[in-house]
Amino acid sequence: MADKYIYAVARIRALEMSLFSQTTIDQLIGAKSYKDCISFLVEHGWGDSETDNTDADAILNAETEKTWSVIREMVDDMSIFDVILLPDLFHNLKAAIKTIVAGEVDADIFYDNVSIGGKEMLEIVKSKNFKELPPYMQECANEAYECMVHTGDGQMCDVIIDKGTLLAILSAAAEAKDELLKAYAETTVAVANIKIAVRSLKTAKSMDFMKRAMAPCETLNIDRLAKAALSGMEDVIKYLSETEYAGGALALSESSSAFERWCDNRIIETIRPQKFNAFTVGPLVAYILARLNEIKTVRIVLSGKLNGLPDEAIRERVREMYV
Amino acid sequence: MTMGTVLALTGAALAVILAGMGSAYGVGVAGQAASGVVSEDPSKFAKVLIMQLLPGTQGIYGLLVGFIALSKIGVLSGSPAELSTQTGLMILAACLPIAIVGLVSGRHQGKTAVSAIGIVVKKPDQFGKAMLFPAMVETYAILALLVSILAVNGVPV
Repeated sequence: MADKYIYAVARIRALEMSLFSQTTIDQLIGAKSYKDCISFLVEHGWGDSETDNTDADAILNAETEKTWSVIREMVDDMSIFDVILLPDLFHNLKAAIKTIVAGEVDADIFYDNVSIGGKEMLEIVKSKNFKELPPYMQECANEAYECMVHTGDGQMCDVIIDKGTLLAILSAAAEAKDELLKAYAETTVAVANIKIAVRSLKTAKSMDFMKRAMAPCETLNIDRLAKAALSGMEDVIKYLSETEYAGGALALSESSSAFERWCDNRIIETIRPQKFNAFTVGPLVAYILARLNEIKTVRIVLSGKLNGLPDEAIRERVREMYV
Repeated sequence: MTMGTVLALTGAALAVILAGMGSAYGVGVAGQAASGVVSEDPSKFAKVLIMQLLPGTQGIYGLLVGFIALSKIGVLSGSPAELSTQTGLMILAACLPIAIVGLVSGRHQGKTAVSAIGIVVKKPDQFGKAMLFPAMVETYAILALLVSILAVNGVPV
């Protein structure tokens, strides 16, 4: 079965050569203006002939689509990437529920690279025909819809769908055969739990709220995390220091953006050994995550340039690169 | 045709079949990897083609031993020798080293070639070093070939 991905992995190795290195990102940061950054990206082949090459969003979206397009060419069963794609699918559900309840339709808020695109999701939510959704979405979709219709509480709707996303990711990881996907899912869920704890702490949310939002995972005890969040940031940092997220605790004591950066860098560290693997789906997963990380980093740089941040401030926020 | 001749023919067939299977697998997997690379970077065609060919030698070694065995028992000249069962078994045993080692080393050399293609993609200037890794596997196919040739030639017919 391992032989199944030999062609795809070799193709990915060739594609990895065009990934941005840390030096390339430094060159991008060194560009004099936002406009120069866009020119730099276009010179490096970003965007495509159909894209408005002066529109950063269009260029970044084209790059995301290119990534998924090349993966779709090589892999018949895209469900193996569910762990990565589920947040986009659940985002479509969230957007559809809010759109239907608010009564305004904006097609641009949906992702198209998932099994249920915006148009189809809107139809399902409009007709309340949640049985057409995958089984892991049905209950959460119904609950979020009812919550939104009866209470109009957008935040609670988000909480219900976000927890549904985390549970679906864990469930997809349990079925996945690749160890990298399992590790990625565990890190994603644990990091989401930490973020929930920190945000709840800052907005003085209750224990019940945190328990409703967090998803149980193997590497964190969510009861202890929630209790620590009720006590204060020092207790959260102290608890995290006892776990494998000790590095995150250090970053958290620095700032929220340092923590976000640490989360992304941790994922890159997790996928780095895939550079030496030639026979499993791992390198494909690593390439997707590396590309998404690269696009996110470029977005951070562009955003920094647009808002006139000094180069040093942008450099502090950029993520580590895979190559 | 005696049982001995049948056994000797079986040995020749095994040498060709098993070593050929090993090579077919090795060249096949290396070819998949080579195709993946060329689809994105056609300039590396020559280098990855050489990598793909490396696991092909086991099949040739099997063919060579098969030929020698067939020649030894007179099948190629159209007048097969009437071999005793013991002599047939000896020729069969003599063919086994390249048959078995050819199968196993062909598979492993193919996988090593796939990994080496990964080096060629990222560091084309390291082609020589990359080629050494699959070439090391060849050593054992050559040793088996040597033993098989010596043994087949040494069996008195």
